[in-house]
Amino acid sequence: MAQETRNAYGEELARLIQKDSNIVVLDADLTKSTKTIEAKKACEERHFNAGIAECNMMGMAAGLAASGKTVFASSFAIFAAGRAFEIIRNSICYPKLNVKVCATHAGLSVGEDGASHQSVEDVAIMRSIPNMQVYVPCDQYETKAIIRHVAKEKGPCYVRLGRGKAEDVYREDTDFKIGRVNVLTEGKDVCLFAMGLMVQEALQAKELLKKEEIDAEVVNVSCIKPIDEQGIIDSVKGHKLAFALEEHSVIGGLYSAVAEVLIKTTGTRLLPIGVNDTFGESGKAKDVLEKYGLTAEHIVSAVKEELLKK
Amino acid sequence: MQKEVLQKHACNIRRNIIQMVYDAQSGHPGGSLGAVDILTYLYFEEMDVDKSNVASLERDRFVLSKGHTSPALYAVLYEAGLLQEDLSTFRQINSKLQGHPNMNYVAGVDMSTGSLGQGISTAVGMALANRLDQSSHRVYVLVGDGESEEGLVWEAMMAAGHYQLDNLCVIFDVNHLQIDGKIEDVLNPMPLDKKAEAFQFHVICCDGHDFDDLQRAFDEAGKTKGKPTAIIANTIKGKGVSFMENNYAWHGSAPNEEQYLQAMEELKEGI
Repeated sequence: MAQETRNAYGEELARLIQKDSNIVVLDADLTKSTKTIEAKKACEERHFNAGIAECNMMGMAAGLAASGKTVFASSFAIFAAGRAFEIIRNSICYPKLNVKVCATHAGLSVGEDGASHQSVEDVAIMRSIPNMQVYVPCDQYETKAIIRHVAKEKGPCYVRLGRGKAEDVYREDTDFKIGRVNVLTEGKDVCLFAMGLMVQEALQAKELLKKEEIDAEVVNVSCIKPIDEQGIIDSVKGHKLAFALEEHSVIGGLYSAVAEVLIKTTGTRLLPIGVNDTFGESGKAKDVLEKYGLTAEHIVSAVKEELLKK
Repeated sequence: MQKEVLQKHACNIRRNIIQMVYDAQSGHPGGSLGAVDILTYLYFEEMDVDKSNVASLERDRFVLSKGHTSPALYAVLYEAGLLQEDLSTFRQINSKLQGHPNMNYVAGVDMSTGSLGQGISTAVGMALANRLDQSSHRVYVLVGDGESEEGLVWEAMMAAGHYQLDNLCVIFDVNHLQIDGKIEDVLNPMPLDKKAEAFQFHVICCDGHDFDDLQRAFDEAGKTKGKPTAIIANTIKGKGVSFMENNYAWHGSAPNEEQYLQAMEELKEGI
């Protein structure tokens, strides 16, 4: 099965808003795209449209949270984390208010809309703010688990969601340990840390590498902050080589977050596969991801190239 | 309303503002002094906040959107007996009295502010929450006229008008000055009254230093149903200290010893 993570968000939010009368949902004229419309259908009186005014949406979210509400605020990642950055920093994170910024349409997989709408900096931006937690689920089941998790957490959280369908990695009955890295498959030759849709690419790369007799470990890192330092250190044990895979700039995202852990403790060489300090462009998501090197095939060739260097 | 009592409070607050900014050798005396009478009226006449409820949400709330005038907020909370901190720690290391207010350090500070435009936006969220909770408590927010150059102010005004938040009272502190000079020269946001009207607000103009006029304005705001109220309060930046009045140089600078002594002398008898 495959499902958009934003759809899973909408479904879970619709369930939560009915269960918890303290939840308020805000959107900025993208309810049908971010899927908060599902929450609106479930409970119209606690869903508010802030209009095309993301900064004010975040300010309103802060005010509602300062009044005791648990607030989910959604827009596209480029507007939520980009345009409204400073309101999130000063009015939500500084006072540590209970706002969950759930941003959809993150990364290059936005596709046809092009670079103006493809946020490849949001994890870096959100991760740098004190008090903020950052989550990037890879499939529908993890998305739902993370949404339930952040609803219970006190304080600001950022959840990065995608536009396109994501193949299931987990199952409905998976027992998630949100906040910990999840070793999906072990392997002795190379360790692949992945977030978001790169988890599926990593799993595919693992199968392709098998044919080359290269044994890859795949680790899903869905909580980028606070990062599971011990989990990352444990995962690279015995590995000389590791990669961080992300549909995000190689500056400030997963690569940086994992590197910050490894450089303190281990001698493992870590390389990035991500958006190489460049803007994206229009195209079908699949074509854009391929052009920018975010596919299983690209992972395979990068891993082989590095291992051959030895 | 006992005007003499309010005037006495306002004078004490002004003296404390000067003292704080002088002690810290840092801060914003001009806008703080100009906002004193509005804050005095709010905390001593208008809002239902006292020692017993200051730490709870079950009361009227005030957002200082022009957060740089924190000395006025700290001094009014102190004067009302709602703040126990030593005012001389303002802007010093380890103090709860941050340069711009932090709601988690001081019970009477209802929102962390300082980045202009954001306070009014959060106040809209608070007013919305009160409506959801069917609470009769009101939300007051003080916005600078210079601050209204921020686009976010108008996003917030648009939302407040759209959602007909009649439990929200936006007070524009109109002193016609900002850091770089006269606001009409820097970037003219006037006319604020007509703009607020166009954003579906009930608009009341008043003298921001006249307690009778402030009472008239807030009473009318309280009775207004179906739309939020904007009070356009005309004030004098630096009010009460002759050499600071209407002088934008005092937006964000501290007095030296001579100036401090003169200011305290002028504020001895009240104004």
